[in-house]
Amino acid sequence: MSAAHAFLQRLGERFSDEPTWVTARRQAGAARFEALGFPTKRDEAWKYTDVRRIAEGEFALTDDAELSASRFEALSMPLDAYRLVFVDGVFSTALSDVEALPEGISIEPLTTAMRTNHEAIGGAIGRLAGVDFSPFTALNVALSEEGAVVRIGQGVVVDKPIYVVFASRANEAPRMSHPRVLVMAGARSQATVIEHYAGETGAANFTNVVSEVMLERGAIVDHYKLQEASSEDLHVASIHVEQACDSRFTSFNLNLGGALVRTDLVTDLNAQGAEANYNGLFFVQGRQHVDNHTLVNHNAPQTFSNENYKGILNDRARGVFNGKVIVKRDSQQIEAYQNNANLLLSDRAEIDTKPELEIYADDVKCSHGTTTGQLDEEAVFALRTRGIDEQMARGLLTLAFAGEVMDQVRLPAIAERVERAVAGKLPERFNLADLVEVSDALQEA
Amino acid sequence: MLEVKDLHVTVEGSEILKGLSLTINPGEVHALMGPNGAGKSTLSAVIAGKDGYEVTSGQILFEGQDLLEMEIEERALAGILLGFQYPVEIPGVKNIYLLKAALNAQREARGEKELPAPEFMKLVREKLSFMKMDGSFLQRAVNEGFSGGEKKRNEILQMLVLQPKLAMLDEIDSGLDIDAMKIVAEGVNSLRSQDRAILMVTHYQRLLEHIVPDHVHVLVDGRIVKSGDKNLAHELETRGYEWVLEESVA
Amino acid sequence: MASQEMEQLVRREYTQGFVTDIESDTVPPGLDEDTIAFISNKKGEPEWMLEWRLDAYHQWLKMKEPSWAHLDYPPIDYQAISYYSAPKKPEDRPQSLDEVDPKLLETYEKLGIPLHERAALAGVAVDAVFDSVSVTTTFKEKLAEAGVIFCSISEAIRDYPELVRQYLGSVVPKGDNYFAALNSAVFTDGSFVYVPEGVECPMELSTYFRINAANTGQFERTLIVCDKQAQVSYLEGCTAPQRDENQLHAAVVELVALEDAYIKYSTVQNWYPGDEDGKGGIYNFVTKRGDCRGDRSKISWTQVETGSAITWKYPSCVLRGKDSVGEFYSVAVTNGRQQADTGTKMIHVGEGTRSTIVSKGIAAGNSDQAYRGLVKVGPRAKGARNFTQCDSLLIGDRCGAHTFPYQEIGNSSATVEHEATTSKIGEDQLFYCQARGISEEDAVNMIVNGFCKDVFQELPMEFAVEAEALLNVTLEGAVG
Repeated sequence: MSAAHAFLQRLGERFSDEPTWVTARRQAGAARFEALGFPTKRDEAWKYTDVRRIAEGEFALTDDAELSASRFEALSMPLDAYRLVFVDGVFSTALSDVEALPEGISIEPLTTAMRTNHEAIGGAIGRLAGVDFSPFTALNVALSEEGAVVRIGQGVVVDKPIYVVFASRANEAPRMSHPRVLVMAGARSQATVIEHYAGETGAANFTNVVSEVMLERGAIVDHYKLQEASSEDLHVASIHVEQACDSRFTSFNLNLGGALVRTDLVTDLNAQGAEANYNGLFFVQGRQHVDNHTLVNHNAPQTFSNENYKGILNDRARGVFNGKVIVKRDSQQIEAYQNNANLLLSDRAEIDTKPELEIYADDVKCSHGTTTGQLDEEAVFALRTRGIDEQMARGLLTLAFAGEVMDQVRLPAIAERVERAVAGKLPERFNLADLVEVSDALQEA
Repeated sequence: MLEVKDLHVTVEGSEILKGLSLTINPGEVHALMGPNGAGKSTLSAVIAGKDGYEVTSGQILFEGQDLLEMEIEERALAGILLGFQYPVEIPGVKNIYLLKAALNAQREARGEKELPAPEFMKLVREKLSFMKMDGSFLQRAVNEGFSGGEKKRNEILQMLVLQPKLAMLDEIDSGLDIDAMKIVAEGVNSLRSQDRAILMVTHYQRLLEHIVPDHVHVLVDGRIVKSGDKNLAHELETRGYEWVLEESVA
Repeated sequence: MASQEMEQLVRREYTQGFVTDIESDTVPPGLDEDTIAFISNKKGEPEWMLEWRLDAYHQWLKMKEPSWAHLDYPPIDYQAISYYSAPKKPEDRPQSLDEVDPKLLETYEKLGIPLHERAALAGVAVDAVFDSVSVTTTFKEKLAEAGVIFCSISEAIRDYPELVRQYLGSVVPKGDNYFAALNSAVFTDGSFVYVPEGVECPMELSTYFRINAANTGQFERTLIVCDKQAQVSYLEGCTAPQRDENQLHAAVVELVALEDAYIKYSTVQNWYPGDEDGKGGIYNFVTKRGDCRGDRSKISWTQVETGSAITWKYPSCVLRGKDSVGEFYSVAVTNGRQQADTGTKMIHVGEGTRSTIVSKGIAAGNSDQAYRGLVKVGPRAKGARNFTQCDSLLIGDRCGAHTFPYQEIGNSSATVEHEATTSKIGEDQLFYCQARGISEEDAVNMIVNGFCKDVFQELPMEFAVEAEALLNVTLEGAVG
């Protein structure tokens, strides 16, 4: 019996009372997942990431969403936002806040959206990420129950960020969830969507999320994925984006937590003028493993992409970056830039990076660069001549390294949180939290 | 305060300083002048502790301590601050971080408590306005995208905040227009005090009209060949360096 | 020269063993243990060699043909290949240049290849090429004086079995990859070079000087060993397109550099790329690897790849010795329906190891090419440094250029930098040249040569001049 089969079998009769078309979809997902099996290191896309910890784990699905307000506050950001909260994948009405939505916006849990509008939602879900993308998307199709559905009408500019929190509790036994996120941004609409994955200390759950973001003509979406899972949490995510002409999608993929984390980010630039911006930052320590796979498909002429990913690795942590840009035949006048820089703070940390360009058109300006190295010794010297000790100097410069990505963040609350987290994650003597505080205070003054 | 005794320094195998001696007392302002390649910047780099300079013989004492035995930051904490000729750009490190971290370290070294945030901010703002610098400047990365004048003003700002005992200014006037020079000079002049010394390294006499030195030294070929008061600088301006050299040989 | 003297000269060559003395016979297509025993026997090999080959064969049987390269070709039927055929008899070859494809001759003309060499290159049955013979003779004397061994691999197995046994397969193990295993089982030709301690090889070694280079076997095996403080520069190939009957080429090249040794290996590969539809071209699947075994040793690969229908090739360096240096400079040009998947691997094992990779790819027509490289820094490679520059130039809108650089970095004191760009020849650059009265084709050639300059300057001088001419010929008709 294969690991994949065993994984599915443990679920028993959970999904018995569903409409036939939903059952059929689940079965298709399950069949595909069984056929593919869990990926192994022999699969090029998983060459550096070993998922045995997931395959061999035993995870239960969850029925309750109990989480006290104080526990929730400890995990989440106090944002003035429209908020949907999921606890181990289960929707929490109590913690969510989607009252008083302006006209033209709908933000609901997947189950509600399916009840009220199952044709539109059922048709859209899985259109960008079906069963074929990876074994994990297939698994998600087989087991998904809940999620967030955001729809923004034509020309609507959403006044507040849309904040979707996925909380991972410290449960007695490991749980798993397979959430879906669907964002449909109408023509010329504008929105900021935050997916926040936060784990309590001691949480050891498996999250396997699939997000789909569809931008119609001229839509502008800022998408944040802030991943602060616990040091035992297992996290697999794929984000699929489809862009119509003149739309602009900006992604912030910020990974700070998790034991084993894999994120796939795929954007299809399908019409002229579409622009995708990828910003990524990961800071890993201990034995954390973070794998980012990004892909931009330039399917149409005059489309643009810009990518900047930075990684900081300490202890025995391992990071993977695989960035790919594909320019399809006849997609002329493309501009695509990709940059990946990594900083190794420890001799036992490892980074495996592979920036790829696959280009089938000639009128293109594409470039990529990667650097892995250490801090600029000139800068260390300059700081030391100011009386800052070497450790502190290195800490400051490490923070600065992350700063280049963080400067692009347009939500101060997130920028601050990540900056503090990075400062706090630096080894003891690097602790710069007080500096960050002063800086923030100054900024406010 | 600072005693340099018969200092010999080689860089990548060739000797740059060939027996330089110099004594600086508290309250004094010294100007070290000399033609290009004489070794002026080498001296300040060695005092600050930059890598790649090998001291083959001689001694540097700062307040009686053997400077050459000290780490770079220990020297800074002892009260030596170098204003760079070409301040390095440090992308991403905000000026405010640098100032706060450096000041904290200074105070800790002196056994003082950390300055509370409001007081720190007050201090920085005061110095900032003295240097006619904008507040937004604090949030910018150290020297990144700064004009030449801004970089130099930033060096002086750091000195005003950190209040070193010995301020070394390496070609602080290079690349400055006259207005920026005045601001920089004012900043340096405000540092003059009974218990502080200043060492300026410069190629031109121009700077010395704004910051009048007590002592002027001429450095040629790795040695101080002539010392005098501010009038020596005027003489150099009108007669060049050749005569000093001839005189010293003779 | 009288015909008698000529014949003597030719004979002397044979006795010196440059052309292996075998009676003409060919084994039927197919590969099994008997074929291998036949080859080994024909070569008069000792038993250990046969065992070595059989072991490789058994490993090969268990392996799968790689499919990950960015290439597309019909499956190869390994049982349809004849693994041993004696050199063609003169009467089977074209009897004069008149019988040779005029297109080939036209190319020689453009490359400025001397008349007397054209015949040899085209495989015309005129075996004595005066210059080559005399060159070879003086050349052998000079080498012998310096103590350098330069001979065919078969000869080396017979005459220097200890050296061969010590080093053969020590860099590219028998079972390294599918094609290397196949080569290990059936190789029939190739070169052996040994430069003794402290010797700087007095001249550039080239297969070009070997008379039988024109019918190089399809499974070539080259082994170059540079002892302590020794130096050698080795040139492989020839800028002229070579007539070749074999479709599959699976060569293995092993380089060993001991302490302070320096090996420079330059290749110009210009095999038949096939017709406009890509039919009949050569598949070039080669494994090249250098082992910087000693401290401060250096291995430098320079390649100009313009030929073959399919190229699959990653000259690599294993930087084992402390402070050893690996370099890779490559120009790959594809046109028509050519496909190339090439690049390098730099494996940093020792402390202070450094590597440089400069790869320039030019794709035109309907061709497709990929740079595939690996920079690996092991945990002991303190202070290792790599710099990679990898640029692609596209000419026309039907071609493709891809970059797949892998970096595996496991040491915090390592510095690894990779830069890549893909662009087309700028309209403004072309316009600027044309406005100065330069034809579009010349302008393209100029710009492409400029683009490749970093690599060409690494080639030995004469080679560089030829490479430039070759580039222009390859790109002919690319702009239109």
